[in-house]
Amino acid sequence: MIRIENITKRYGDSAVVDGVSMNIERNSITVIVGTSGSGKSTLLRMINRLVEPSQGRVLIDEKDTASEPAHLLRRRIGYAIQGHGLFPHRSIAQNIATVPRLLEWPEARIDARVTELLEIFQLDPGVFAHKFPHQLSGGQQQRVGVARALAAEPAVLLMDEPFGALDPVIRAKAQDDLLDIQRRFGTTIVLVTHDIDEAFRLGDQVAVMSHGKVLQCDRPAALLTQPADPLVTLMTGSADRALRLLSLTSAGEAAIPGATAGISVAASASLRDVLSDLVWRGADAANVLDTEGRPRGHLTVAAILSHGRSR
Amino acid sequence: MPGNFKIDRLGALLTAMGAAAIALLPFVLFKTNRIMPGDPQSLWNVLAPAAAWACLAAVAIAAIIALTLADARVRLAAAVLGIVAVALAVAAAGDALTPAGNKIVRVAPGSGFWLLLIALALLATDAITRLRPGPALRVGLLALFAAVAGMTLAHGTFDNLSVMREYAVSASRFAHEVRQHILLAFGSLAAAVLVALPVGILCHRIPRLRSGILGVLNMVQTVPAIALFGILMAPLGALAAAVPLAAALGIRGIGTAPAVIALFLYSLLPIVANTVAGLKRVSPAAVEAARGMGMTRWQILMSIELALALPVIITGIRIVLVQNIGLVTIAALIGAGGLGTFVFQGIGQTAIDLVLLGAIPTVALAFSAAVVLDSAVEVMDRKPQ
Repeated sequence: MIRIENITKRYGDSAVVDGVSMNIERNSITVIVGTSGSGKSTLLRMINRLVEPSQGRVLIDEKDTASEPAHLLRRRIGYAIQGHGLFPHRSIAQNIATVPRLLEWPEARIDARVTELLEIFQLDPGVFAHKFPHQLSGGQQQRVGVARALAAEPAVLLMDEPFGALDPVIRAKAQDDLLDIQRRFGTTIVLVTHDIDEAFRLGDQVAVMSHGKVLQCDRPAALLTQPADPLVTLMTGSADRALRLLSLTSAGEAAIPGATAGISVAASASLRDVLSDLVWRGADAANVLDTEGRPRGHLTVAAILSHGRSR
Repeated sequence: MPGNFKIDRLGALLTAMGAAAIALLPFVLFKTNRIMPGDPQSLWNVLAPAAAWACLAAVAIAAIIALTLADARVRLAAAVLGIVAVALAVAAAGDALTPAGNKIVRVAPGSGFWLLLIALALLATDAITRLRPGPALRVGLLALFAAVAGMTLAHGTFDNLSVMREYAVSASRFAHEVRQHILLAFGSLAAAVLVALPVGILCHRIPRLRSGILGVLNMVQTVPAIALFGILMAPLGALAAAVPLAAALGIRGIGTAPAVIALFLYSLLPIVANTVAGLKRVSPAAVEAARGMGMTRWQILMSIELALALPVIITGIRIVLVQNIGLVTIAALIGAGGLGTFVFQGIGQTAIDLVLLGAIPTVALAFSAAVVLDSAVEVMDRKPQ
């Protein structure tokens, strides 16, 4: 859906982003992860042309993004940033309505969309629509920030460290919500973070950046099992990489046929969580049940461990 | 508060002020004509005993309440009662001392009256501050006060007092000078806003310009008003002489042109500085988000940056307006008119009553402008932050 072709941004002599190419699939989440100064934000901001590339181009649906005025391009692309950037003098409803207003949607459609989004983000429209940003908690403000970015039903959503200002508990909830939203709307999301755990948790594809270059852009599991660069191993961490790998597979995917006596676990749980559960309870095997409680097979400790090996 | 008999400190101070005013200072001055020194008269000398006692009783009640009660509403009522009593007493003193039909003698409020009025006004202001009235109520109180003052003046309650005598002499000119005063103050303000807003935005965008422009404007601000009028006289005079069109437009070395230009120059600094300060407090994240969502530069400036900076900008405009209303008084010196005309004529004729005829409305205008604009800022600032 998005094709980045050999894109470079130079300030003076130094290249902040240096010859990056990348393909981003429709309906997927791509996470760009890197240390500060790696050029990850600049790369993201070249997609909606908040930064104009010095060289190379970005195509969305095979159409060069440089072929239309930047502000019109940006209205079609959702954008959420760290610290939410809500407008303090406008109500929550007005904030969310920003892009639909710019696109001159009819008033009734805007109202319906604002109400819908508030409900999706678990903010009671009757309570929150007319509040102002400073009356909300940090987590609520962040949700409004994402709701605002999604208001005009963009096919692409860009997020620059959207959860950076949240505490760990609220952040985990926000990440879960984002996964739900992505499944619901099928939005193509490109997200920048410095948090490798966040990258593994959210990304269908993770791009590791350092000094303006993408070292590797691949499925999370591949980053662990076939790192393209020592820096990738350094960033993903080698001490707990087996457990990290286990966390990428769900119990449902790994279940083997048959049943066992003893405890049961949810199919949606990650192998890492199932293993932890087994160790904690002193069990060797567990039945896997789907959300309706139907058996989906079983898992043994040995079977789980085989998923954590570097083949 | 039951059981709490603490003496109110402000009340004690104001009571002492009022007591000293009544006991030691003249309530009114009687002059055989407008430029003679006054003959001091106490409240007892000029009023019938019953009236004098009534006035004293009202003031005493106000003092007792000021000393003992904390409820701001009661204190405000007491202050208003005192002010009404003192105002009626001074009006009655004027009527009593003026022989029927005599237009030569002058009865001027004395230092005792003014001090008493100030003490009561402070009591009222303090009570209003403690009540924390909202912006709408403050403007409402101001309008009510103006209406009552206007009605009593129109009714002729104070016609036998010296200031109103001066007013009677120059009633037609008074209206004209008030209009001129307001025109000069607001006209120069409007011109300054038109120039200072874009300059402020430019200073915000281009930091290198900021220190230079603010430095120059700061320097302008330090030039004394009279000197600035003087400095402008020569070039404007020369311009009028050399360019007939300029002269036809009313530009001359003296009069309205130098006054408006000087007031305009003084107005620039507060508005430019506050525009810069207001834009600086706009959160960069909000501007970044606005850009990222596809607002144009103009939309960001108008509906985000200026909208968020507006309370600070209006604060600057308030400073300028109050400052201008005061400065216009001096512009009378170079023939620009305004209420200063009466002030300077009064000084020239040693007729203090004529000075007051210019000064009191100037203070009232400046005070009203401050109340109205402060309220406006509060209304705008309530939502954000």
